[in-house]
Amino acid sequence: MEKRVTFKGWKLPLLLIAPQVIISAVFFFYPAGQAIWQSLFIPDPFGLSSRFVGLGNFEFLLSDPFYRASFLTTAVFSLLVTLCSMIPALFLAVIADRLIKGSGVYRTMLIWPYAVAPAVAGVLWLFMFNTRVGVVSWYLGQLGYDWNHVLNGGEAMGLVVVASAWGRISYNFLFFFAALQAVPRSVIEAAAIDGARFWRRFFTIVLPLLSPTTFFLLVVNIVYAFFETFGVIHTITAGGPQQSTTILVYKVFSDGFVGQDLGSSSAQSVILLVVVGILTVIQFKYLEKRVHY
Amino acid sequence: MAREIHGMVEKRGAGLWLTHVFMILGVLVIFFPIWLAFVASTVTQPEIVRPPMPIWPGDQFLENYSAALFAGVNVPVATMLFNSLVMAVGIAVGKIFISLLSAFAIVYFRFPFRGTFFWMIFLTLMLPVEVRIVPTFEVVAGFGMLNSYSGLILPLIASATATFLFRQFFLTIPDELAEAARVDGAKPMRFFFDIVVPISRTNIAALFVILFIYGWNQYLWPLLITTDPEMNTIVMGIKQMFPSGDDVADWPVIMATSILAMIPPVIVVISMQRLFIRGLVDSEK
Repeated sequence: MEKRVTFKGWKLPLLLIAPQVIISAVFFFYPAGQAIWQSLFIPDPFGLSSRFVGLGNFEFLLSDPFYRASFLTTAVFSLLVTLCSMIPALFLAVIADRLIKGSGVYRTMLIWPYAVAPAVAGVLWLFMFNTRVGVVSWYLGQLGYDWNHVLNGGEAMGLVVVASAWGRISYNFLFFFAALQAVPRSVIEAAAIDGARFWRRFFTIVLPLLSPTTFFLLVVNIVYAFFETFGVIHTITAGGPQQSTTILVYKVFSDGFVGQDLGSSSAQSVILLVVVGILTVIQFKYLEKRVHY
Repeated sequence: MAREIHGMVEKRGAGLWLTHVFMILGVLVIFFPIWLAFVASTVTQPEIVRPPMPIWPGDQFLENYSAALFAGVNVPVATMLFNSLVMAVGIAVGKIFISLLSAFAIVYFRFPFRGTFFWMIFLTLMLPVEVRIVPTFEVVAGFGMLNSYSGLILPLIASATATFLFRQFFLTIPDELAEAARVDGAKPMRFFFDIVVPISRTNIAALFVILFIYGWNQYLWPLLITTDPEMNTIVMGIKQMFPSGDDVADWPVIMATSILAMIPPVIVVISMQRLFIRGLVDSEK
């Protein structure tokens, strides 16, 4: 869609668009280009010169067991975060939708965690499960379960998943609730007259009608788990124990800034660029479809 | 009849109570971590390190919060709060400003490379800061912008999302308005400030809420570029308050800081709830 009526001149519009274009060029495209360029080199140990290695960094990465493990960790992590944030959100939205009065109050209460930064959420959950002072870990100890996410990789994963999913429940709840409110009452009432019980109605009518929202949230939550959970992992586990919670974004950070391995870190950035690209295309393909409805 | 059908769909009586019970349980579970943090911020350190800690607030509220705000661990939390405020407002206002201008240019003018620039802005969607951290850090360091507000704000300020939102909205502005402005001989910028900006104000406000929270909650970027504690933002500064090694963390102060870190975004979200939900749904469309 284009405007019929436009203003004349080309200097003014170039001036208007300049700030955004310049910032994009300096802070987005140049660094991205640098990442691609650096990924083809290996700097010498003194950082004085670098040697061109072509796709050597990528070959090395893809055969590196730690990097492969990080891929698997990221897949498990994002799947779990997506499920743990969407299922409770859907459940709460379904209940809130049944209320005629009062759902606004609950909604206000449930929005809270959205405003809490992932890194702060990490600190809150770390506090509850801290091996020395944590309330939850203490009660688990009383029940005979020895909680220690500092040593146990599985428990560490569980903790970062729950801490990451927690704030996301609010977000998903808002979208599910809005979608449920848009389901035509007449359809539900017709099914009720036909004698369909609540859960039957839910699975045969409501859930299929929610599928566009569900698919949208699936993609958005995976993107979130990939790229926005750095704060949670950095505050709770710092990638440990034994890299069991080192997701891809965390590895770019730890190899690039802590390990100072620039070639490898850049190659990882490039691989992540491809991942974001694919996710963005999926998102837009889906959006196109929704626009045509 | 209608009432009966309604009764089948919306719960009444015992079912209604059960629904409220589930809802309250859900809210309590979601709220529990925040409550616990608040309790921890009102008791003394010995009460926390000898678990289980109390479940109701103590009487140390003023002591802990003033200790956090005015002394902190590395730097007073008040300083970090101020830095976060500058960063969040800077990012929100900056993004809105440059996006308004570029969307106006794209919608209301025909000029060379218009399509190229449009795609360039679109492509920034695919380059989150997490992906290009090392080279972006080098660029910012090269400009000498480490430990500065411009270093915190500028690299996060280009937003394809805001530009697209404004573009979509500008396209719905009736052509008659621009026509009338042109007939009256009004300059484009006059039209922009007198007509376009005022009728976009709801969108601007909704976007402000979303972008403020986005800026406030940034973690990785401030962590990389603020090595000077005086420039730490509160969200990244909390982690810096934990002692390295085996020392026991000062939990009451850390928890008071966590509560302080969530208050501004929570206030923004709750007080502008309508706008917030609208902004959220719009910006994801």
